[in-house]
Amino acid sequence: MTRFGKMVPAALALTGLAFTASNAWANKVFVSNERDNTVTVLDSESWEVVDTFAVGNRPRGITMSPDGTRLYVCASDDDTVQIFDPATYALIGTLPSGPDPELFVLSALGNPLYISNEDDNLVTVVDVNTREVLAEVPVGVEPEGMALSPDGTILINTSETTNMAHFIDTSSYEIVHNVLVDARPRYAEFNHAATKLYVSAEVGGTVSVIDLTQAEPSVAKKITFEVPGVTAEWLQPVGVRVTDDDSKVFVALGPANRVAVIDGKTDEVSDYLMVGQRVWQMAFTPGEKYLVTTNGNSNDVSIIDVADNKVIKSVQVGQQPWGVVVAPN
Amino acid sequence: MRIFGPCKLTILACFALSFCAGLAVEARAVEVKAAVIRVDNKGLLPISRLDLPPDDLGFAGAVLATEDNQTTGKFLGFDFQTETLAVTAEAAPGAIADLRARGVALIVLLANGEETLAMADAAGPDALVLNARARDDRLREEDCRANLLHVAPTRSMLTDGLMQFLMWKKWTRLFLIHGSHPEDALLAEAYRHSARKFGAKIVEEREFTDRGGARVSDSGHVLVQRQIPVFTQGAEDHDVVLAADESDVFAPYLPYHTWDARPVVGSAGLRPVSWHAAMESWGATQFQGRFERISGRPMREEDYQAWLALRVIGEAVSRTGKADPASLRAYALSDAFELAAFKGQKLTFRTWNGQMRQPILLSDRTLTVSVSPQEGFLHQSNLLDTLGRDRPETACTAFGDIQ
Repeated sequence: MTRFGKMVPAALALTGLAFTASNAWANKVFVSNERDNTVTVLDSESWEVVDTFAVGNRPRGITMSPDGTRLYVCASDDDTVQIFDPATYALIGTLPSGPDPELFVLSALGNPLYISNEDDNLVTVVDVNTREVLAEVPVGVEPEGMALSPDGTILINTSETTNMAHFIDTSSYEIVHNVLVDARPRYAEFNHAATKLYVSAEVGGTVSVIDLTQAEPSVAKKITFEVPGVTAEWLQPVGVRVTDDDSKVFVALGPANRVAVIDGKTDEVSDYLMVGQRVWQMAFTPGEKYLVTTNGNSNDVSIIDVADNKVIKSVQVGQQPWGVVVAPN
Repeated sequence: MRIFGPCKLTILACFALSFCAGLAVEARAVEVKAAVIRVDNKGLLPISRLDLPPDDLGFAGAVLATEDNQTTGKFLGFDFQTETLAVTAEAAPGAIADLRARGVALIVLLANGEETLAMADAAGPDALVLNARARDDRLREEDCRANLLHVAPTRSMLTDGLMQFLMWKKWTRLFLIHGSHPEDALLAEAYRHSARKFGAKIVEEREFTDRGGARVSDSGHVLVQRQIPVFTQGAEDHDVVLAADESDVFAPYLPYHTWDARPVVGSAGLRPVSWHAAMESWGATQFQGRFERISGRPMREEDYQAWLALRVIGEAVSRTGKADPASLRAYALSDAFELAAFKGQKLTFRTWNGQMRQPILLSDRTLTVSVSPQEGFLHQSNLLDTLGRDRPETACTAFGDIQ
């Protein structure tokens, strides 16, 4: 186990049980539609749209509490994070988020919520129960991507104009390390062994693999992309997801309309999957049978069979789907 | 206690986590000194009062860039300082001499072509000068200088950007109306070249002669409404009216007043620009917001270009860890350089003449109508090189990179 090794608190262990129990059942898939100010609800078995409900202005980041009782949505243009009941879609409350919240990450314990404020060069830490702002951490210009180490001790924030991954200690809220990556870093994701951090750079066109096994984290490799017939400028990596066993890394390539499949051991690209237009964020269904991608310019989501590396379906949702989260139960 | 307290915490945090590079940087901050010089020439008022130049034109962009650089710099141990100077054309050489005497070797210019060239030469080969305003192609071609990089797009990049869009629309019959000043002639020539390059046809040309006088008068629209239809009457069949009016003498009068019901493009109507205040794509909303909070006004092209110039310096400093002009120039011209600048793709420099490649925005001032290069215009090495003069056509030898 490395420094950022997996945290298995009681709450998470319970969630784990819930996963196993519910695998045979359909899950709700929530998609934030940036342009529509709605969230589309899909059924992960039939892949039918089962509901659509109105949310705040310009919904982007979307996540759920580990117990599946709260759905969090960044309403960017309302400068707030909204909390919805995933069963009734009723607005339960709002959280102070700082201006223009875009992406966030929730502690595996369900609290606190770490929010990047793109407009204010800050990461805001909010207690989701008391709604108190616990800390505001000054970071680089245009903070965007957020990730937590599996043990929850390190928070990563990427800043788009500063071109860095900031390593923030979640107990002191101090930045303990900065790693320069390529231009306009959008998203960060740890592997589950906590040996690597993947950071996508949209304009740089690369995914930096940051080695976490040495005394100091450093970029060990930069994954580049090449698709015949697609102009290099359009290969813009955004969302990143790693399978539980760390064997596969999926990277959404934005306007290239492809998801790259990367071998989690060698960090070499093994496949490109054709999805909808401007593919942005992704989420696994529990058990990782499927990966759902949001495609902002074709107003749909693509469903990828994870074992087969195949796109099996696309489903129309609202206008400009941005983020996606799958209910754990 | 105030001095030692935070340090102690920092050391403890480092110790606990066993890594801590990039900390305690304030103590060893390297100063990066730059200057932005704007040459103000006394000209006539613009036709529209929306175009009146603010006092901090360009400088506000420099302030934002310095803040952006400084935010990054504080993590890496660099302290970015930028001074801004507005001078007359006569005082420009003296300002350069003074900066150089004080050891400032990173200089951004907001000036016309002739002034830019003179100041780049006055700054000397050991300085790095960035042109953030002059659009003259000759500064990148026959009159190029090794110490001069260009972040402002050329006239030919702008005219090619518009022409690609007209071709995409199949609006290929152009009625060109140009002004009577030398820069209008240069712009008209750039449009003729773009039309030939992409296959559009200029079906008729007319010159709108500047007869002097005040630009604006009360109820001036009454005369405009009578004069412009007559001026544009009886032209060959055309799809658009193309205005080449860099001097701002007549183009804004054209829309809605032309004899034929045709859209106006170029210096009015749909305009090719490096930036405009309504741009929202690719994260630009936050960028515009940061700028407006600093300056209290919308961002102009000069602001964006000054921001670009200083961000080139900031990016080169943070990647190389150096602050001397030669290292920064070498990095900017290398394959490793890339700048994210809210245009959807990385901006890089053309190694043969030091011109920054960049998408051209087409705007009606209310929205981004389109962004060039347009789909379908191909290039063997970089799609952005479909805009402006390309490597095989270059007349620049100062960069020692000719194929």
